[in-house]
Amino acid sequence: MSYGGFSTLLYKEVLRFWKVASQTVAAPVLTALLYLLIFSHVLEGHVKVHGVAYTAFLIPGLVMMSVLQNAFANSSSSLIQSKVTGNIVFILLPPISYLEFFAAYVLASVVRGFVVGTGVLLATFWFAPLTFAEPVWILVFALMGGAILGSLGVIAGIWADKFDQLAAFQNFLIMPLTFLSGVFYSINSLPPFWQRVSHWNPVFYMIDGFRHGFFGVSDASPWLSLSVVGACLALLTAFTLNLLKRGYKLRA
Amino acid sequence: MSAAIRIQQVSKSFGNVQALDRVDLEIQPGEFFGLLGPNGAGKTTLISALAGLVRPDAGSLRVMGHDVQADYRAARRLLGVVPQELVFDPFFTVRESLKIQSGYFGIGDNESWIDEILENLGLTTKANANMRMLSGGMKRRVLVAQALVHRPPVIVLDEPTAGVDVELRQTLWHFIRRLNEAGHTIVLTTHYLEEAENLCTRIAMLKAGRVVALDTTANLLRRFSVHSLRLRTDGAMPASLTRGAAENGGWWSFPFDSFDEVEPLLASIRAAGCGIGDLEIGKPDLEEVFVRVMQGQQEGRAS
Ligand SMILES: Nc1ncnc2c1ncn2[C@@H]1O[C@H](COP(=O)(O)OP(=O)(O)O)[C@@H](O)[C@H]1O
Ligand SMILES: [Mg+2]
Repeated sequence: MSYGGFSTLLYKEVLRFWKVASQTVAAPVLTALLYLLIFSHVLEGHVKVHGVAYTAFLIPGLVMMSVLQNAFANSSSSLIQSKVTGNIVFILLPPISYLEFFAAYVLASVVRGFVVGTGVLLATFWFAPLTFAEPVWILVFALMGGAILGSLGVIAGIWADKFDQLAAFQNFLIMPLTFLSGVFYSINSLPPFWQRVSHWNPVFYMIDGFRHGFFGVSDASPWLSLSVVGACLALLTAFTLNLLKRGYKLRA
Repeated sequence: MSAAIRIQQVSKSFGNVQALDRVDLEIQPGEFFGLLGPNGAGKTTLISALAGLVRPDAGSLRVMGHDVQADYRAARRLLGVVPQELVFDPFFTVRESLKIQSGYFGIGDNESWIDEILENLGLTTKANANMRMLSGGMKRRVLVAQALVHRPPVIVLDEPTAGVDVELRQTLWHFIRRLNEAGHTIVLTTHYLEEAENLCTRIAMLKAGRVVALDTTANLLRRFSVHSLRLRTDGAMPASLTRGAAENGGWWSFPFDSFDEVEPLLASIRAAGCGIGDLEIGKPDLEEVFVRVMQGQQEGRAS
């Protein structure tokens, strides 16, 4: 293992959530499982999407939602805790560049997203026959979606001075975006107005593209989704790097 | 050889608080340097600017010749900072914290040096304890240890002994002194002026963001402080003798510059018919220097 600022910071961030895995991994897996039990109980047999049974349709949505929410939670909560307790100096004093800082926090978020996502998949795939039609899309969208939310988590964690500001960011931006993205339904089943609104939600493309990897069918073309998600990632990366380079709220 | 620390015309304000006002300071390799000043003088801000935690509005700072902004990687590798705030990462044990901190500096295998630091700071038995479980004093030791993992030639300690028991102070200074003897440059801030007087060979005093005194400790003591003869008499002191002296709780204090003044003074007291009940010679101390410098007084005897 090559020890540098980047690899150590990545290691530390992964170790941090792994040490409290009951809260950071087990709890979100359980939450997703409860969603599955409730929604599939109510809707299975009533709804089919793209010819896929509802429970099977729901599982990738829940997996991706867990990836996204946990990626966001990882970087944002780690940063705000370090800022509030003051131990962020341990990272600011060593020769770690803003690029290394960014890469480590975002990648650790992706790792947390993948660990929780895998957990959700393992806990839920018993409930419905799942296919893996085009697995590359699964990986691509999980990776990019995790990176986007990890990046948003870096922004939120740096911007927020208090825990309740971070909670506001989470409740008023992240939660609505992930819940109103077609996790629980196909947006084709929505009235036209809400369909149009959904098309402006980047998280819709993350989930839709991710789901395409399982079933080979989706609301939007995976290539369109890739373009939208890729553009979002590029934009957010540039924005976050700029904040970090200026030392926004980190270096007075 | 370039200065260990070179600070040139550094200014920094927070809103309308001028935390640093055109500070100039040069500290040579191997010095044991004291940075003194009342709360809010700007000591922590200056240290933060040196560490890259604060970006100055103007001026430049160098560590062993490396600019802390332009050449931050080299500058930070050469600098170890013990922050004033008692911070720690509650997720890790002492040893984990030190290994992680080593990794941030690109040092992979650091076990033997970590063991040595733990030993010297009396932390060996706590190595595998979680940070949360440690007392304040123990956490302070870990903070010192974390600043040393990369063997920095320049070590800055921001009030390392604030609220710390006597034992730790002695352990800490013993270790820091050894590091200084081994060639490390030490800069420290403290409110314990006796500590600074004993340890530091040179001292800067900061007031409202400005350097108001900068000299060797010996010179400061010579320039700003004087010996005094303190005594208690059994009769009333004649007014002719007490000019320039101060009375406190029955003790009279006579400042003097030279020991030659002592005998004539005692003789005149005796001549005035006063018996001397108790007597001591007060030595100059840094506290007195500090008070005078902060009051903006001139050097020499109290007026
Ligand atoms: N991050 C900050 N934001 C606003 N004001 C600050 C900040 N850091 C320091 N100050 C102010 O700058 C002045 C110098 O503070 P500081 O450097 O901490 O002094 P010292 O360490 O000598 O006690 C104080 O008036 C302090 O309130
Ligand atoms: Mg301070």
